[in-house]
Amino acid sequence: MTPDVTDGAVTGMAGTGDRNGARETGKSIDTLAIRDLRLRFRGYTETTTVLHGISMRVAPEQRVALVGESGSGKTVIARAILGLLQLLPGAIVNGDIDFEGQDLTGLTTRAWRRLRGVRMSMIFQDPTSSLNPVFTIGEQFHEVHRRADPAIRRSVSGDRAAAILEEVSITEPDRVLESYPFQLSGGMNQRVMIAMAMANEPALLIADEPGTALDVTVQDQTLRLMRRLVDSHRTSVLFISHNLGVVREFADRVYVIYQGRIVEEGPSAAIFRDPRHAYTQALMAAAPRITGGGIPDVSEDEPAFLAPREVHPPEPTPTGDG
Amino acid sequence: MHPVLRLLLRRAGMSALVLIGVSVLIFVIARVIPGDPARIALGPNATVEQVANLRDALHLDQPVWRQYGHFIADLARGDLGVSLYTNRPVTTDIAQFLPATLELVFAAAILMIGLGLPLGILSARYRGGIIDNSIRVVALLGVSAPSFVWAVILMLLFAFFLPIFPIAGRLSTDFLIEPVTGFLLVDTLLAGNPAAFGNAVSHIALPAFALALSGIGQAARLTRANMVETYDRPYIEMARSYGFPERRIAGRFAFRPSLIPSLTILGLDFAAMLGNAFLVEAIFAWPGLSRYGVAVILRKDLNAIIGTVLIISATFLIANLIVDLLIAWLNPRIRHGRGTGG
Repeated sequence: MTPDVTDGAVTGMAGTGDRNGARETGKSIDTLAIRDLRLRFRGYTETTTVLHGISMRVAPEQRVALVGESGSGKTVIARAILGLLQLLPGAIVNGDIDFEGQDLTGLTTRAWRRLRGVRMSMIFQDPTSSLNPVFTIGEQFHEVHRRADPAIRRSVSGDRAAAILEEVSITEPDRVLESYPFQLSGGMNQRVMIAMAMANEPALLIADEPGTALDVTVQDQTLRLMRRLVDSHRTSVLFISHNLGVVREFADRVYVIYQGRIVEEGPSAAIFRDPRHAYTQALMAAAPRITGGGIPDVSEDEPAFLAPREVHPPEPTPTGDG
Repeated sequence: MHPVLRLLLRRAGMSALVLIGVSVLIFVIARVIPGDPARIALGPNATVEQVANLRDALHLDQPVWRQYGHFIADLARGDLGVSLYTNRPVTTDIAQFLPATLELVFAAAILMIGLGLPLGILSARYRGGIIDNSIRVVALLGVSAPSFVWAVILMLLFAFFLPIFPIAGRLSTDFLIEPVTGFLLVDTLLAGNPAAFGNAVSHIALPAFALALSGIGQAARLTRANMVETYDRPYIEMARSYGFPERRIAGRFAFRPSLIPSLTILGLDFAAMLGNAFLVEAIFAWPGLSRYGVAVILRKDLNAIIGTVLIISATFLIANLIVDLLIAWLNPRIRHGRGTGG
């Protein structure tokens, strides 16, 4: 147990204590519990339904993946958890979003905003364009640290930033802190963004297709670093991806989303061993294989894809595939 | 060499070339336009001999390129010659009249930046709303009428119908301020005379505002346009996901990247103010370089014309240089040389 787990977290929040309890009793309040989340967008003539009652949960320290194709509603779920979606004038959001036992939908926009960047944070697809081009990495870390501690000194922030940059294997953190995003490579910016998202020791990290803009080797490398970081800080992760290979390696639990509905859920190993829903099977068949044969033909729309949700039973103790 | 230093040197070298070009151009044009400066200066009663003597003293009978040689030789000693209009060295005249003009232009530039940028930020933050629309109307009004029109309108409204501000001049005759910098706003403070300072402020308010209005409108419109574009960037969404208040996102994360493209245009606006100041000065009887400039042009006062034009050009170039350096300072890509990325 590292001391910085408790030191870095904002005092007075429920998360840390519960998480410690979770280890011993195996029962606790979920970091995130979404119940029947519905989203519609109001248009000029009609409203379009984007999410048809999504329910999912992320337990403390759990890494949960949300998998689906583009346009299935993955990203709007992330925006809804952060409360960003609710700021859009045309969005109608219904349902409960409980975060560390607190119903977020009952909060004022101001109270919800205060959780962002402090208790929950997000990693974006394209690291280089997601960092502000006219501020140094150090300045941006300072801004983020000030979200949790408005009075933090620049030097203290710099030390903390350097420490967390070292955790993502950045060997010269001081040089990186003085740099601007355009002076760093995409992979470097990705690590910076991961470190920045973890800077305030959030309870929940939402990663929206992290590193999709990077090449595969760099992506793989940064995902390993991210996994190590969330493990050592005991952070829950909601991992949004369309990349099954990455999901299989990274996630404990998988939710498959298709056209705004969760079609299958269960422990990662179970889903990959035994995909039950027609869409999940199609999704797995669509993964290109290194053994050749090219990209398989997959039908785009089948009635079976809209079949009811398949739920795999929880696995009491994590067991390997073989 | 440091990129900013290299930029500074290159810009300074180019400025010197521009100044030489301007001086040649004005030198030739001033001599081509009809009329004998010596005759105009001495008046209709002077004898032919007197006129010939003055022409000789001014080297007017020599070829233009030799005259230019004399001019450059004098300029190297810091001597711009004697004005035939005031019978004083041109440098003395400029030292007397330039500060008033610069004070007016600086005050207008401060208004342009101090009002234009915040209005643009507000407009972009509340885009589509009533605040945005009101600011856009005002900004459009500002850019659509030239400053001398605003000068007349403001003078009528706030000095004549509603006599809040004095109608003309720089300072009431009740005050006697020892010139130190020539900037009355500074000199009154140096003299420790708050009443005189207030008086100087009330005098400069209307002409500075009239001069600044189009710049304020331009600055607000540019800032808004650039910021609206910046608002669509991923780093703004990232700032929102970190829970930064909208206020801070507007004033810092969206404003800073938007400022750089605006600055170049603002530099040009500042330069335009130097020209527009001539008309505004005429309307408000502001004792600046404009009245002197017009008088010497009408009298074909060769030395004074060249001196005035050169000093205005130099001010223009220095202002542009400052803007370029500001851009370099604000834009890390310039400050640190080329970006690497990838």
